[in-house]
Amino acid sequence: MAALLSIENLDKRYAGGLHALKSVDLAIERGEIFALLGPNGAGKTTLINVICGIVTPSSGRVLVDGHDTVRDFRITRRHTGLVPQELYTDMFETVWDTVSFSRGLFGLKPDPAHIERVLRDLSLWEKRDNAIMTLSGGMKRRVLIAKALAHEPKLLFLDEPTAGVDVELRRDMWRLIEKLRETGVTIVLTTHYIEEAERMADRVGVIRRGEIIVVDETASLMKKLGRKHLSLHLQETMTKLPASLDDWSLTLAEGGRRLDYSFAAEEEHACVPALLKRLQAEGIEFTNLNTRQSTLEEIFVELVHEEEDQQVEETS
Amino acid sequence: MSAPMLNLRGAWSIYRFEMARFKRTLWQSLATPILTTVLYFIVFGSAIGPRIGDIDAINYGAFIVPGLILLTVFTQSLNNASFGIYMPKFSGTIYEILSAPVSTAELVLAYVGAAATKSVLLGLIILATAQLFVDLNVGHPVWMLVYLVMVAFAFSLAGFIIGIWAEGFEALQFIPMLVVTPLTFLGGVFYSIDMLPETWQTVSLFNPIVYIVSGFRYFFFGSGDVSVWVSLAALGGFIGLCLAIVSYIVRTGHKLKS
Ligand SMILES: Nc1ncnc2c1ncn2[C@@H]1O[C@H](COP(=O)(O)OP(=O)(O)O)[C@@H](O)[C@H]1O
Ligand SMILES: [Mg+2]
Repeated sequence: MAALLSIENLDKRYAGGLHALKSVDLAIERGEIFALLGPNGAGKTTLINVICGIVTPSSGRVLVDGHDTVRDFRITRRHTGLVPQELYTDMFETVWDTVSFSRGLFGLKPDPAHIERVLRDLSLWEKRDNAIMTLSGGMKRRVLIAKALAHEPKLLFLDEPTAGVDVELRRDMWRLIEKLRETGVTIVLTTHYIEEAERMADRVGVIRRGEIIVVDETASLMKKLGRKHLSLHLQETMTKLPASLDDWSLTLAEGGRRLDYSFAAEEEHACVPALLKRLQAEGIEFTNLNTRQSTLEEIFVELVHEEEDQQVEETS
Repeated sequence: MSAPMLNLRGAWSIYRFEMARFKRTLWQSLATPILTTVLYFIVFGSAIGPRIGDIDAINYGAFIVPGLILLTVFTQSLNNASFGIYMPKFSGTIYEILSAPVSTAELVLAYVGAAATKSVLLGLIILATAQLFVDLNVGHPVWMLVYLVMVAFAFSLAGFIIGIWAEGFEALQFIPMLVVTPLTFLGGVFYSIDMLPETWQTVSLFNPIVYIVSGFRYFFFGSGDVSVWVSLAALGGFIGLCLAIVSYIVRTGHKLKS
């Protein structure tokens, strides 16, 4: 079956001339959780807003389940939900009213049982009769999520859902996302907490200055681009490495008491035993060893910087 | 996946949201127009009115009723419709309406419809209040009501346009305060145009409010400053102009979407 969401050659220039999206191509599969990563101002919100109909694209097109989001907006929007980045809420309405309003707005018949389920899932049930302005920021964020779920979307966008929220809400949010995934909802989230993407997302896309620079499965991205780090705690302090080890990229740390070695995650099986053998031959003994995989965060930072370096080269 | 051609339930949700907003501020909404109307009756109807005498054989207290109703309908329609669309733009909650399967035309209908409903209700409440002060026989009650709805619709459309265009709260106040109120006072609410010196009569003919008030008065008393057909044409023209601007907004998303 075709992708649930497909973005083709999408370009956005804002009225001021800012080129926020540069021929973006992206396909999101049914039922997957996709994390869109990128530094501030990269175009994440713009991309989501174009898909949801809040920003008009300059060129290119977006299909949701094969329907064009501009021409067939009634179909595509009916099945799309959005939790915006900012806390845009009404003030005087009650939680119950605002969530029920959202359902009606999307053209659905009232369904109090569904609204109740959503409010309970988000720990909002006790607050249902409270005016929104009396709620804390975290609670308002929950209300926005409840509003986005009121019309039972198949495709849900979460624009930085956990930016600046407390630990408890983050945990609830993760649980909710898991639950939605089980019911078959496709989720696209943007986040600053890369740990979150690492933990939740099936695939990750990295966007920078309006361009998607990498899209890959989270695990394979970490495997391909991730590095492993081996640390050996030496029995005797060394001041200098023997020249015979020059062809290994080794560094001394902690005043010569630790030897660090970093290598591509894929080469682990080949190079670690070889290195250890070599050290033994050199008579270098160690008391302890540990390995660590680089995080998605490190990969992300590296990717974004690599791009930056290229840009500098191009412009200079 | 399929979806209906119209999303009336969506438009209805916005309409109901707006009506709930009016209900929350019901007392403020009612108090100001009723109080000012009562004051007008006391000052112009009871205190000064008897010295003015009848106009076109109509008791002065009764003569000012249609104009007073319209004065409220003009300002309430403009204020409610402009505020209704400006608020979500200002607070950011418009994101939800823009991302919903609601067309811009449905959105306009909901906001304009709600604002017009409210001002028609207020107009009728003022009419009822007026009955306490003066004897009033409405000559063509059905046509009077139709005309009132048309006026409320026209000015609510204009209010919607102001709300889209406005970039601050001052701008929302600007047109009702600086344009509509003076034009209304000079538009034959408190006098008949032929009571003015000839030069001012000619000047008055450039004031669109004159035609609109005159038409409304016709459906009360069977006479007005100008022919009722001229009034209807003026009102129709005004509605047409507003619809043209709104349809431009609908087509381009002007100031609604970036
Ligand atoms: N309405 C707008 N008008 C003009 N420029 C905008 C608008 N919204 C966002 N931008 C610009 O577009 C770029 C991308 O912004 P955004 O999509 O919000 O990035 P992100 O969500 O990744 O932080 C930024 O440079 C931002 O300043
Ligand atoms: Mg953003």
